[in-house]
Amino acid sequence: MRELIAYLANGQTFLADLPEVALNIIFISLGAVVLVTVCAVLALVGVYMERKVSAHMQDRVGPMYVGGFHGWLQTAADALKLLLKEDIVPALADKKLHFFAPILVFGATLATFAVLPFGRQYVMSDMNIGILYILAISSLVVIGTILAGWASNNKWSLLGAMRSAAQVVSFEIPASLAILVIIMAVGSMNLGEIVSVQVGGIHKWLIWKFFPFNFLAFIIYFIAALAETNRAPFDLPEAESEIVAGFHTEYSGFKWAAFFLAEYANMFMVGVVGSTLFLGGWSSPFGDFMNSGPFQVFWIFAKAFGLIFVQIWLRWTLPRVRVDQLMYTSWKVLTPFAFVAIIGVGFYMIL
Amino acid sequence: MLFNFATALVFLIFGGLFVLLNLGISRILQARNPHPVKLSTYECGELPEGESWIQFNIRFYVVALVFLIFEVEIVFLFPWAIVFKDLGLFAFVEMMIFVFILLVGLAYVWVKGDLEWDKPKSVPAPEFSAGHEQTELTEAVISQERGKETI
Repeated sequence: MRELIAYLANGQTFLADLPEVALNIIFISLGAVVLVTVCAVLALVGVYMERKVSAHMQDRVGPMYVGGFHGWLQTAADALKLLLKEDIVPALADKKLHFFAPILVFGATLATFAVLPFGRQYVMSDMNIGILYILAISSLVVIGTILAGWASNNKWSLLGAMRSAAQVVSFEIPASLAILVIIMAVGSMNLGEIVSVQVGGIHKWLIWKFFPFNFLAFIIYFIAALAETNRAPFDLPEAESEIVAGFHTEYSGFKWAAFFLAEYANMFMVGVVGSTLFLGGWSSPFGDFMNSGPFQVFWIFAKAFGLIFVQIWLRWTLPRVRVDQLMYTSWKVLTPFAFVAIIGVGFYMIL
Repeated sequence: MLFNFATALVFLIFGGLFVLLNLGISRILQARNPHPVKLSTYECGELPEGESWIQFNIRFYVVALVFLIFEVEIVFLFPWAIVFKDLGLFAFVEMMIFVFILLVGLAYVWVKGDLEWDKPKSVPAPEFSAGHEQTELTEAVISQERGKETI
């Protein structure tokens, strides 16, 4: 990004006359607009994919009519429909917080997109603490969830928000510990550097390093990330058979759609972070073959969508866990195993 | 570095603006037809009973506390992990001692039963049974009370 800005500032265009601060703001804003669009489109693709995959897993065909070919415009039509829906705010709700919650959830989700590396050159903000930043910002999402549950003044919403908070904080521990394994192996929190040690083919991916400890860390990270994004089988905060729709019971129209978009954008974020840390990120699995420029974007999207497919697959395969099973999984299984992985990698690196 | 964080801030703002913009569009397009019944709090079709901002289970608080302890520990582990390659054995031994102390803490919480969700070990006996032998009736009341706690 910086190189691009410097290049344009030195060029012969009218942009050269602008002060550098203005130039920076313009380009960051442009990047943000592009990624907002990408984020929204990705969410639509994700919802369509979820419906199609789940349909085929259940021997159905899913949406088939809207847009002609296999109902590919179905989710766009749904989004349009949600824009036309009446926005109902319960009379007893805390109206300001009720309004603010979806904005915070989507804003925080999009803020994580700023550091995701889509290629060697395609990263908006190449922070040296990239992965720590992602961990920190994704905790903001749960604040939005609690706001939503509290502001709705509805028992189901409050219960859903409580569950969500307990679940997210519980699973943040194993997720952070699993990420720590990668930081130990690489010696950096910069996502670009983490990818660059994995360039050169499938055998250099960090998931194979220090076998089986990094593999264990990948499994722990993936399970914890599922729980952190409230995906099945850990979707207790919105368990419809128990607490109606959980924290978004009182949301309708586009406010509800914002939660939905954020959920699917988060799934994509988990896919990108998971593949960046463990599966080589934007680097090609075949060494130098197809490893230049735009192909890097292709690879990161392919890997991320692969992981999204696994998330959808798990959702339609496993039944929802109970709250006590959830806590058991986090504190008594994942956390001790994450410590085992850290100590194991430590031993490997010392020897 | 400041540039990178400014980018992140701009992203946060644009995410919010995107939702605001769409809410504005939605406000123009949507049908608005409010009705007192429609605006009432949803409670499965019944009229809402009592206060919604209820007292919540104490176990959420315990989980938050345990989380806090471990999160602070992980904050200390992050800088250690970055320089681990350079410092080698010394850093490893040092950190193993630190991790061991915290694992003792985890074991303590585990044995104490604070990680159990269904049956907390530390439910105090209700006042009315103090000094008396527990009758079947009080036991039934206690089990009922425990049933209520399960969320």
